[in-house]
Amino acid sequence: MAFAYAPAPESRAIVDIAPSYGLFIDGEFTESADGRVFKSVSPSSEEVLAEVARAGERDVDRAVKAARRAFATWSALPGAERGKYLFRIARILQERSRELAVLESLDNGKPIRETRDFDLPTVAAHFFYYAGWADKLKYAVTGRSPMSGTSGPDPKPLGVAGQVIPWNFPLLMLAWKVAPALATGNTVVLKPAETTPLSALFFADVCRQAGLPRGVVNILPGYGDAGAALVAHEDVDKVAFTGSTEVGRSIARAVAGTRKKVTLELGGKAANIVFDDAPIDQAVEGVVKGIFFNQGHVCSAGSRLLVQESIQDELLDALKRRMSTLRVGDPLDKNTDIGAINSPEQLARITELAAAGEAEGAERWAPACELPSSGYWFAPTLFTGVSQAHRIAREEIFGPVLSVLTFRTPAEAVEKANNTPYGLSAGIWTEKGSRILSVANKLRAGVVWANTFNQFDPTSPFGGYKESGYGREGGRHGLEAYLDV
Amino acid sequence: MSDKSSKQEKRGGKAARAEDAEQADAVVETPVAAAPTRLSVFKTYKLYVGGKFPRSESGRVYEVTDSTDKWLANAPQASRKDARDAVVAARKAVPGWSGATAYNRGQVLYRVAEMLEGRREQFAREVADAEGLTPDEAAAVVDAAVDRWVWYAGWTDKIAQVVGGANPVAGPFFNLSTPEPTGVVAVLAPQESSLLGLVSVVAPVIATGNTAVVVASQRAPLPALSLSEVLATSDVPAGVVNVLSGFTAELGAPLAAHLDVNGLDLTGADAELARELEISAAENLKRVRRPSAAGPEDWQADPGVERLTAWLETKTVWHPIGV
Repeated sequence: MAFAYAPAPESRAIVDIAPSYGLFIDGEFTESADGRVFKSVSPSSEEVLAEVARAGERDVDRAVKAARRAFATWSALPGAERGKYLFRIARILQERSRELAVLESLDNGKPIRETRDFDLPTVAAHFFYYAGWADKLKYAVTGRSPMSGTSGPDPKPLGVAGQVIPWNFPLLMLAWKVAPALATGNTVVLKPAETTPLSALFFADVCRQAGLPRGVVNILPGYGDAGAALVAHEDVDKVAFTGSTEVGRSIARAVAGTRKKVTLELGGKAANIVFDDAPIDQAVEGVVKGIFFNQGHVCSAGSRLLVQESIQDELLDALKRRMSTLRVGDPLDKNTDIGAINSPEQLARITELAAAGEAEGAERWAPACELPSSGYWFAPTLFTGVSQAHRIAREEIFGPVLSVLTFRTPAEAVEKANNTPYGLSAGIWTEKGSRILSVANKLRAGVVWANTFNQFDPTSPFGGYKESGYGREGGRHGLEAYLDV
Repeated sequence: MSDKSSKQEKRGGKAARAEDAEQADAVVETPVAAAPTRLSVFKTYKLYVGGKFPRSESGRVYEVTDSTDKWLANAPQASRKDARDAVVAARKAVPGWSGATAYNRGQVLYRVAEMLEGRREQFAREVADAEGLTPDEAAAVVDAAVDRWVWYAGWTDKIAQVVGGANPVAGPFFNLSTPEPTGVVAVLAPQESSLLGLVSVVAPVIATGNTAVVVASQRAPLPALSLSEVLATSDVPAGVVNVLSGFTAELGAPLAAHLDVNGLDLTGADAELARELEISAAENLKRVRRPSAAGPEDWQADPGVERLTAWLETKTVWHPIGV
């Protein structure tokens, strides 16, 4: 049976979106050198939220120069003082979290329940965590002698960090990049994704309120050309990118032969393995969270469900029942589980891959589900009868589409889970502790969730094996990417 | 043997093998009339792939000379096919070696030190020839190479405690980060330091459970090829280390492009080659370690752990806490 829900919309009055925004360079909003602008559209309504200056190569150069100028004083600050700026930022983000959550839901299309309960709290926590590292860096680097570890000079920052982030967690990805960069004494030029520039521009205002010195953080809304120019800029010392494996490859080529230090957090095709002794109800919740969290726009999404053959029917029945209760619609409605697909381009890609799943012979199922008439939407979808050769089992869909495969033995589960060029994350569901440890050891993935899925924390390193990229973000490990070690 | 001497003569300008030259001198100085001079037995230097000692499938060899241009040996000039075979052997060895206990790997690396210690004189000779060192200098280099194996032998079961650990997440979860080997690492060994430099780049790769395909110093490959004999008798499982001699650029290209190679150490590449290979390595996002920008490295210095962590991935496992 379906419950009837009255709409429970979060008020958007809390956020005041200006009609236009500039680039944030050297502490000021400015127009782009060539005057170009683009529109940021709300994917749930196709409403134009604001017009935003579009950064080009000359703007990148201007921003890198500002960051370079700021680097000398910022890196020379005592760590404790740098840390206090970050603590201020964390606190202001907490104070403004509802405003930013509403803004993020508008600009990105994700449900307010997630921006309010996950994105914003985790953003603030990330700044708070790295704030505390700023004056403890000499304890953070492994392999230093005890003498230099406790009384020697701090490990040195790299310089100017060029950071390019995706649209799936706009403000959270900013936090993952900016917080460790600033804590270690680097300065930042950050390019948010073209479909979700607004929360980064609001973050510029948070920096203003925190009194952050000019040029320490520069924000360049723009497209891939601006990102490429930033990565290639010869005065950038560090490149951090989160996004597709294809772009990651081009970045790895672009930095070849330079001194630039690089971290890449790329795509995934995670296996979520459910053994026959798993707690079925919890596993179903975990599978749902694994693939339908954030509309499946998650690089670590559990997009391949590997279910032990003997419980396939039971699990799939329960999963379909659960999927039928998922509410798709207005991101600002507090009851919404699945929001809008971020862009028409992404919707087209999901649609195309789902069609390929059908064409290649997998069986498609989706609950009856009414989609709004405007905006970009895709119903939660499940494919059964999927073989390892199918495109929907190999390619990252980055949408609410789950491919179900089966296995008979733990060895077969591991074999299938690892049969992918990606290696970002994986899930294991079983009540048997020794099996968890054994399977977790064999999975080639940077994050393994056992009897849980899609958990994130500032203290916990995140990043992939193989073609899911290299380097880690989060935790002590996340500092090393920004230090000259 | 007459065959060999005639070959040497054909080579014209180049002197005979250094060892023989010494013996010839000795003959001149020692007035022994009757007994004919014993000719030394040359070693045929071979590649080391999958625990075996094959010649290059290409049938090619190239001349290796000492620092004064005296002929030392013909070394195999490995081909791209040899490089691919070596990757296959290295991949095959990954499950066993990465699955071995850290204690076991430590003992195997220590065994390498023991075997090398026992052949110090041979290696001192080879290193002296290869690098133009005095006997004392060469002996010191060999000692340092033995000690480097001991250093890394001790690291195998400690690095996880130094770089891994529990993460205090804000929720009811057990959360642990552990380092794991990256997989197959292709290593372009340093060109100048034929033994100590080689050991300094290979030992950290295998200490943590990776397997290696090593391209020896192009000019001075003999210590590397001899080290293979030490590895083969030190309980190092077949395929864990594979050693190729030949031209660095020719072998680097297929290794950098190989989709079953996970890491690439460019220590022995010059800047231009390193750039080309790094571009090629981007295809499957290999972990790349660039050559030192500050010129040749000081192999006598404290190596730290950086060459261990370069070939480690961090795996973080979560589990809920509850009753």
